[in-house]
Amino acid sequence: MSAVPAVQVRDLHVRAGGLTAVRGVSFTIPAGGRMGLVGESGSGKTLTALSLMGLLPVGLRAQGEILHDGVDVTKLSDAQLSRRRGRTLSMVFQDPLSALNPVRRVGHQIASVIRRHKGVGSNEAGQQALSLVQQMRLPRPERIMHAYPHELSGGQRQRVMIAMALACYPQLIIADEPTTALDVTVQKQVLRLLNEAVSERGCGLLMITHDLPIVAAMCETVAVMYAGRIVEMGPVSEVFTAPRHPYTRGLLDSQPTMDNIAIDGSSRLPSIPGMVPPLDGLPAGCAFHPRCPRADDRCRREAPMLDGGGRRAACWHPLEGTLTGTNAA
Amino acid sequence: MLLHYVLRRLAFFIGAMFIASVLIFVLIRAAGGNVAAVVLGRDASPEAINALATEYGLDRPWAVQYLDWITGMMGGDLGQSFRTGESVADLVVSRLPISVPLAGAGLVLAILIAIPAGTYAARNAGRSSGTLIALISQIGIAVPVFWAGVLLSLLFGVQLGWLPTGGWTPWNVSVLGAIQSLVLPVLALGLVMAASLSRYVRTAVLDVMNQDYVRTARATGMSQTRALLTVGLPNAALPIVTFLGLLIAELIGGTVIIETVFSLPGLSRMILSNVAAREVIVVQSTVMLIIVFVMFVNLVVDLLYGLLDPRIRVAG
Repeated sequence: MSAVPAVQVRDLHVRAGGLTAVRGVSFTIPAGGRMGLVGESGSGKTLTALSLMGLLPVGLRAQGEILHDGVDVTKLSDAQLSRRRGRTLSMVFQDPLSALNPVRRVGHQIASVIRRHKGVGSNEAGQQALSLVQQMRLPRPERIMHAYPHELSGGQRQRVMIAMALACYPQLIIADEPTTALDVTVQKQVLRLLNEAVSERGCGLLMITHDLPIVAAMCETVAVMYAGRIVEMGPVSEVFTAPRHPYTRGLLDSQPTMDNIAIDGSSRLPSIPGMVPPLDGLPAGCAFHPRCPRADDRCRREAPMLDGGGRRAACWHPLEGTLTGTNAA
Repeated sequence: MLLHYVLRRLAFFIGAMFIASVLIFVLIRAAGGNVAAVVLGRDASPEAINALATEYGLDRPWAVQYLDWITGMMGGDLGQSFRTGESVADLVVSRLPISVPLAGAGLVLAILIAIPAGTYAARNAGRSSGTLIALISQIGIAVPVFWAGVLLSLLFGVQLGWLPTGGWTPWNVSVLGAIQSLVLPVLALGLVMAASLSRYVRTAVLDVMNQDYVRTARATGMSQTRALLTVGLPNAALPIVTFLGLLIAELIGGTVIIETVFSLPGLSRMILSNVAAREVIVVQSTVMLIIVFVMFVNLVVDLLYGLLDPRIRVAG
């Protein structure tokens, strides 16, 4: 793998009309690197991902710099982007049932991605699709190739999605909550498969999730988003054991574990008080201050920036020391 | 699975046809009055009226008359006119060379306009070009068929004198003349239907374009236009085909009006004049034929739906 990063994002803003949903996000995923992007719903994770793909919904605009494959994708025309989507840059979506074309056979859908980007004939593309389906460890691959999406199970469909995303050995795969729509029993299998497939091909991974253990298991670095900003970023092992931002701490505390889910209901799962602020009602200063136990006057006035170093946090009063208790991931 | 689906649709088709036939039969008679007396006119003697009623079995119980009619229909006997004794089958066949090209060309015109226009409007939704198309179709929906007909007739018939304002030149007299007498009626019918159809196409395509699988197609490198044509339209085809089936009924209603506006002696006008003359047999047989046709089209649509959407075959 070359030393060129899989993606380098600088000061990304996503605006819709007068509102700004993503407010100055920067991160780098090295070639073959894996980063987790975590945060609550509405924090801007998915919009960040769609900006990388150049697939923001109509009415939303991405500004900033997204360097990928030697170019700034925000400057590319749709035709230029189309040649990269599915080839150097691909995405696995949350709900594989709605993400696959209901009226086309699965094999055709995988093969069409290969045909589009590799310029091979339909026979060759079909062979490559079949071999991908086999690599995804799907039972009876020939039957799967001829099946329609509704004839497959949720886990099988997501494997098909992963096969489509991997078909052209991309430099970066974005997985947006890839297991949220799946049964708990198959989540692990699908993640293991994704993990192996990404490792074998040496592609970069951006894993978007609110499930912190997934990030702990699969990623090297993690970025925590809140209200359109990255509030903490660093190596997974350090961020999850010694969070510096109170929000990260809150997220870690609200993960269910065997300890905080008592069968008799006597102990309760800790949660972060309050709600994610709406885009048109962001508080002044640090966006998290109304929910933060450590907030003071400065937090209400001035917005903190990410500080330097390997473990960066955007907080005036970062936490010190490691987590105690069993919640450390 | 597919066989099961087809059988279910067929059973539904037969059941619906039975209900429709009973309704037609009862409704025509529920209009009241002595049919034989109306047919023969004011001056007819009671003996003559009774003779006609007996001849055509109009004095028998309704149930007997109904069974007689239905078994006749199934055997291909549509009955005959009281006044002229002409067979209904001949009457209908003689009008088809006018009504079939009118309705057929009108529908084809509507489809040819509506699918590109609706798709374009969906592709450009939110932009002024898309809004303009949507606006035009909205206006088109508000225009009654007869008004469109009168307007076209005024412009191209009266003002410009390019085409006849009405009337019919039979095919065997002049093919060109027949076509000329059909141009304006087809335009009026087709344009008005294109308005509602294009609006429907726009909605269906818009709906499909927001589906996740279109985003997936884009995320794997398909261009917007290609995704629209190869992923969006095939999925939008399902609701559009259903709507087309329903549009057939509107189409036939439209021909009644258009044939009147342009004085075309078509099937619809024949039914209208026979309703006025209380030609019960002619009306009920012809209307039943039309209903069978409309329902047959919808049966085909249902079966086509199963063909277009692999999910239907399982769910039934």
